[in-house]
Amino acid sequence: MLNKLIFANLGHRPVRTLLSVLAIAVEVTMILTLVGVSHGTLDQSAQRARGVGADIWFRPPGSSAIGLSSAPMSDKIPALLMKEPHVTFAMGTMVQPLSGFDAMTGLDLDDFRRLNGGFHYLKGGPLVNDNDVVVDEYYAQQKKLHVGDTLNLVNHDWKLVGIIESGKLSRICVKLPMLQTLTGNPGHLSQIFLKVDDPKDAQSVVDALRVKYHGYQIYTMEEFTSMLSISNVGMLKSFIGVVIGVAVIVGFIVVFMAMYTAVLERTREIGILKAVGGSSGLILNILFRETLLLALLGSVVGILLTYGTQWLMKHAVPASLVQETVYGWWPIATGIAVVGALLGAIVPGIKAVKQDVTEALSYE
Amino acid sequence: MSEPPIIKVRSLTKTYQVGEVAVHALRGVDLDIRKGEFAAIIGASGSGKSTLFHILGGLTPMTTGTVQLNGRDMAGMTNAERTELRKTTVGFVFQKYNLLPTLSAEDNIRIVQYIGGRDTVFDPAFQEILKLLGITDRMKHKPRALSGGQQQRVAIARGLVNSPAILLADEPTGNLDSENSAAVLKLIKDLNRRLGQTILMITHDADAASYADRIVKMRDGRIV
Ligand SMILES: Nc1ncnc2c1ncn2[C@@H]1O[C@H](COP(=O)(O)OP(=O)(O)OP(=O)(O)O)[C@@H](O)[C@H]1O
Ligand SMILES: [Mg+2]
Repeated sequence: MLNKLIFANLGHRPVRTLLSVLAIAVEVTMILTLVGVSHGTLDQSAQRARGVGADIWFRPPGSSAIGLSSAPMSDKIPALLMKEPHVTFAMGTMVQPLSGFDAMTGLDLDDFRRLNGGFHYLKGGPLVNDNDVVVDEYYAQQKKLHVGDTLNLVNHDWKLVGIIESGKLSRICVKLPMLQTLTGNPGHLSQIFLKVDDPKDAQSVVDALRVKYHGYQIYTMEEFTSMLSISNVGMLKSFIGVVIGVAVIVGFIVVFMAMYTAVLERTREIGILKAVGGSSGLILNILFRETLLLALLGSVVGILLTYGTQWLMKHAVPASLVQETVYGWWPIATGIAVVGALLGAIVPGIKAVKQDVTEALSYE
Repeated sequence: MSEPPIIKVRSLTKTYQVGEVAVHALRGVDLDIRKGEFAAIIGASGSGKSTLFHILGGLTPMTTGTVQLNGRDMAGMTNAERTELRKTTVGFVFQKYNLLPTLSAEDNIRIVQYIGGRDTVFDPAFQEILKLLGITDRMKHKPRALSGGQQQRVAIARGLVNSPAILLADEPTGNLDSENSAAVLKLIKDLNRRLGQTILMITHDADAASYADRIVKMRDGRIV
């Protein structure tokens, strides 16, 4: 019986209902998209790191897991590392951060081939001249690039000679000495990849290296990829926190407005319910159920909208942003929407309960 | 006549404080209503009729005096106790019908039944009442689709659905033309006759009051 009244109430003001649902939906989409992009981006980083085919990852002191540092290590180190027991090969690369999440990598293609068989070229071929650049399929798609095009990166014109299959090391690769010179870091590296004779020994090799190269960040590839999660990236964690905070406030305000106007508008109806013996609990029950329904509807629409943003990113910016569907966050985002909405319904609810019956009944 | 009155009012006063000014709406009302009686209270505008109605119905607390309703003392009742009283002991009929606009006639009645904690089927006795009121074929309509007279009959049905000890009606025909008024008043009288329903009706219209068994006159917050 109450549900009938609630549906009748919501149906009575379809535009207000629709707007409330949409606002809550946007709130939910905001959260889910951010979480999805965070997961997607980190997973892609992990996948590219795995795609390198190395067993150990070696970075200079003071760098962070996804930090895009420049090049503070000497390029003499790989040769030293190769002399370490069990280390069969070492390859140094240099990473130059670009705008946004993009970065370009300078590497030696012969070394890279020894590490993992090299890139798979979808179009064109490998780097030959100093000005050559290869990019992965997603970067090419996003920037609408074709083999033979010229592209300007770090104030230099490069010639695109090959489009590589995504998932290995980096989206944009050039020759190492060229990038070192251009960025003013000749003879310097940002990271070194190591291969060991038996991958099962990787951890013990890491342990030994940590003693010898004190302060350097040395991880097995497994360790490194497992570190690529939201909770390990402080900036992402707080960013998501801020977005959730904003989302809750938006949901709160929207529901507050919707329910407040609903209570004002229904002054007489609430008075009638009280006159026939409806308790405060009943009045609140109706308002909160109505709010809950709005929040749940909004969450469902929000989840559906997330597939829209996913599609959009896949087609507009496939290289920079990858959005995954993180099912685990569906209930969390819904919970956040419900909490914000219920908070928004509190003050209107109190107002409804406090209304004087005789005044409400004489209300026009 | 040995049975105690179902409504017993003694020295009832009600004072509204409007800013600095005290408005004495009731200045010492004494009134007995017997079980099964159909009584009308008549008086000029401002004489305090609605105020008495609101106090008897538990919609407003009294200032001083005693009111016994169906054996219960209303002085000092909390808000929650008055809510409970409205749920179980009194039914209301208002001048402005006061139906919920988003619900059908039937659901307007059912929600009151639901609030009263009854199951949501209409028992044969209530079916009889609906038939008597002549609204059985109008139950699926929203109030907007009903005439004033029909809306007031739905409101009367709603007021009776939980079998209250007392039906209180404040100007039930105030918004109706003379033809509809006569029909509704006749129905109210019928309900009193056939069901023995105690009814207290408030009106400023002598014609309307003449349907009652007893007419009580009010002036300046007192029974005269
Ligand atoms: N909520 C209120 N606050 C202040 N004064 C009130 C209030 N309700 C009624 N009064 C005053 O109390 C007096 C009695 O009012 P009441 O509504 O009981 O009269 P009534 O007999 O029902 O009149 P009418 O026939 O016009 O309905 C009036 O002077 C009125 O102005
Ligand atoms: Mg009145």
